[in-house]
Amino acid sequence: MDALIDLLRHNPLMAREDVARLLGLTVADVNARIAGLERDGIIIGYQTVINREKWNPDTVTAVIEVKVTPERDGGFDRIASRISKFEEVQSCYLMSGGYDLLVLVEAGNLRQVATFVAEKLSTIEAVVSTATRFRLKTYKENGAFHHFDTAPERLAVSP
Amino acid sequence: MSIPIADHVRDIPKSGIRDFFEIVQSMADVISLGIGEPDFVTPWHIREAAIYSLEKGRTGYTSNLGLPRLRRAISDTVQRATGVQYDPLREVLVSVGVSEAIDVALRAILNPGDEVLYHEPCYVSYSPSVALAFGTARAIPTRAEDHFSLRADALEAAVGPRTKAVMLNFPTNPTGATMDRAQIEAIAGVCIRHNLAVLTDEIYSELTYDDREHFSIVSVPGMKERTIYLHGLSKAYAMTGFRIGYACGPNSIIEAMMKIHQYSILCAPIMSQDAAVEALERGEPSMLRMRREYALRRNYVVSALNEMGLDCFMPRGAFYVFPKITSTGLTSQEFSLRLLHEKRVAVVPGTAFGASGEGHVRCSYATGLEQIKIAMQRIGEFCVELRADQQARTAA
Repeated sequence: MDALIDLLRHNPLMAREDVARLLGLTVADVNARIAGLERDGIIIGYQTVINREKWNPDTVTAVIEVKVTPERDGGFDRIASRISKFEEVQSCYLMSGGYDLLVLVEAGNLRQVATFVAEKLSTIEAVVSTATRFRLKTYKENGAFHHFDTAPERLAVSP
Repeated sequence: MSIPIADHVRDIPKSGIRDFFEIVQSMADVISLGIGEPDFVTPWHIREAAIYSLEKGRTGYTSNLGLPRLRRAISDTVQRATGVQYDPLREVLVSVGVSEAIDVALRAILNPGDEVLYHEPCYVSYSPSVALAFGTARAIPTRAEDHFSLRADALEAAVGPRTKAVMLNFPTNPTGATMDRAQIEAIAGVCIRHNLAVLTDEIYSELTYDDREHFSIVSVPGMKERTIYLHGLSKAYAMTGFRIGYACGPNSIIEAMMKIHQYSILCAPIMSQDAAVEALERGEPSMLRMRREYALRRNYVVSALNEMGLDCFMPRGAFYVFPKITSTGLTSQEFSLRLLHEKRVAVVPGTAFGASGEGHVRCSYATGLEQIKIAMQRIGEFCVELRADQQARTAA
């Protein structure tokens, strides 16, 4: 199962016939296993990694460190889920260390991020403070490099 | 005048791989399954260790035997893999690739005329290395029916009065053959009975599949004192260009090998040795990641080749498959040349690895999956066209 997940993580679009051949399974087996992983909530989505500097260079990505006051029942979960539901929020993690939640926000421009932080995030009662940092350039995203080295040469035939 | 070449060098035939390489080099758009090295670049943390070594100005010679820290890492690695303990200061020699270790080991033990047995098809250097050490190399053919493993009775039958040593290489280049514990124990029995030394080239020993760990002959009780254990980092850690190999053996052998090594090579490059320390101490996850990838590609290639009628057993080691191509009516050489010219796919004729490789070709799956897919499609088309030709000729 790990080998199947490895393949799908790197290329969810790989033809099922190829996946089957690589794993020594039938196509029906592969489809059944994938359906199982989806049903069990192990695979929760498939996404495309986009080079935003090429596609839409004006898009803004911000990383926001959020300190919150946890609640007696449920700790951080309710606040985190409330923050996660905003459309601008791409990812939200509970962190160890100097702050509590790390929130990745994507928006069309700077003003939209500022509005989100000032009007939505900071006004939530449990939020104590926020620190917002903006992405300047992307080098690697979800395991994919944005700037590739050229492939090194190998001898065409070697013993 | 021209300088005359020494007889024993002149008599060594030109490498079959070399000829083939020249042809492939002269052509464009060839997909090569003819490459005997990993397609992965050395894992970054290992390359970074070499950079750090240079930054620190580590650019001098090392001890002839190699950096003590590397020898300790080698000793630990071999102990984990085989259960055999080698003293890092007295029983380990760091060489420039396994090839140098093989050469030095043969030169250290052979007197002129001593005979060395080796199983064939095999890596191209064995027979010439024996000849260069003034020994006599004698091949023991292995067979597709045995999945190219070495039979103890074949070894027994080949032992003669001048036989001094046996060379083993499992998993095998070019066949991907492996040997299980019982088979290795039978081989060890023959070696002990006839008092033979063993040179075991373990360069592919990490690259075994289907949860079958490699079993080394040195692990058999009583074999340590008669075995020279030869290994390196090229294949498992994708470090071919670093040129780091090693030999482990009884102190008397390592001392003798060191005499030759120190006068011909002096030592392996220090920055490569530093990188090798990183690989052995922290490289296992990277190695396992590459091994997982090889295993998947192997499944792909074996199933594709069998579907097109090129019989191919599922090899359990290295990164080669060795399909039988006799159903096409062509020899290994004809098959490889026509496939290259007609479909622009390079495979290596089995005969490049010895006469017993006739009827087979070596396909390496140390190549990206996209390339492998195109290559398999082209080989499939080639086979269909060959069969149509055969039928047309039979009808006419």
